[in-house]
Amino acid sequence: MALALQTFSTVKDANAALKAAGTRYLGGGTLVVRAANEGDVSVSGFVRSTEPSLSAITVSGGKVSIGASVTMAAIARHRDLAPLARAARAVGGPAIRNMATVGGNLFAPAPYGDFTVALLALDASVSTNGGDLPIETFLATRESHHAIITAVGFSLPLEGGFRFLKVSRVKPKGVSVLSIATVLEQAPDGTVSSARIALGCMADRPMRAKAAENALLGRKLTSDGIAPALAVASEGTSPVTDPIASAWYRNEVLPVHLGRLLLA
Amino acid sequence: MAKVPVQFTLNGAEKAEFIDSGTTLLNTLRDKIGDTSPKGGCHQGTCGACSVIINGELRLSCLTLAETCNGAAITTTSGLSEGGVLHPLQRAFLDAFATQCGFCTPGMIMAAKVLLDQTPNPSREDVVEALSGNICRCTGYEPIIQAVLTAARSNSQNAA
Repeated sequence: MALALQTFSTVKDANAALKAAGTRYLGGGTLVVRAANEGDVSVSGFVRSTEPSLSAITVSGGKVSIGASVTMAAIARHRDLAPLARAARAVGGPAIRNMATVGGNLFAPAPYGDFTVALLALDASVSTNGGDLPIETFLATRESHHAIITAVGFSLPLEGGFRFLKVSRVKPKGVSVLSIATVLEQAPDGTVSSARIALGCMADRPMRAKAAENALLGRKLTSDGIAPALAVASEGTSPVTDPIASAWYRNEVLPVHLGRLLLA
Repeated sequence: MAKVPVQFTLNGAEKAEFIDSGTTLLNTLRDKIGDTSPKGGCHQGTCGACSVIINGELRLSCLTLAETCNGAAITTTSGLSEGGVLHPLQRAFLDAFATQCGFCTPGMIMAAKVLLDQTPNPSREDVVEALSGNICRCTGYEPIIQAVLTAARSNSQNAA
């Protein structure tokens, strides 16, 4: 049976309609229409907003704001977001990237949501009409989040400071075994002065590898320098087991891929 | 439930239908309009068999609600041939035996058409990337890739 779609010109009106039980916000459709097609009976209707600000990308003074309806394809081809193109292209195939939105990716359960891993490393803020939330706070409580996401914001990383890696068995497109995003700053002598490492598929949602971050501080990005970080990379993880990989396998290969990313 | 109107251009022809709100574009095309070239494979966005071109972009019609396509220009594989003459991609797929069971073919051709529209002389890697969201369960990928490369060459020869 078809599920009725309500379209509103403002986020405010869409937010009001979203209060009805069983309604889901429709972004690109790659999560909620998929759920409905699969027979998810908790979905009883769709709500969407066509407010233009949801589709806007602004880059000014090193600050980036990406509207929640912006697609992965739009990010991948945006001239000022070149450092993020790799992470945006990691999502799905070409058709999915033309549909999947930033806002939807924030809700994608593992093994999906690779772009959110990048946003977590970038310490993004998640905006609604009610205000902004740090992405870590948002991710911890996303199931209970009922206000429409309007945008994500973050500071553009320094040249070469952002790194992203998605590991999948099928090339060029495959579901993640895991994904890793890092934002590193280095002192003039090459030692790491600040580090944020985000992991995908290592829990039911993107998480930070805080032990590895701490172990990197003051170290150089050499095999010896990163060894302590790799030794604690799996600390606090609880990876998903799915047809792509077991939790055991994900924990085994995480230090290998983190090492490759840090030494790249 | 009251029906809702949808109106769009399908392969150059105006189409207007009344549908149940929330109906997917795939079901609207196949069941209301009768264009059965997009196939319903997984209905999960995984297989690419339902791929169509909406306003020049490749999309999955199984995950697209028809109401969101009001005013759009939609292209499906059934609109590619002109006057009984196959499109170069269709010709190349036939000649290269790239169809096998044929179920994934319309989606593959849509993905390939978007590629060739944007990149007339693609590399093999370009073709693999462009088709990466389309699954062929006959696993006949090599002839498919060759067919797209052949169609690109044929296009560039015709243009010369």
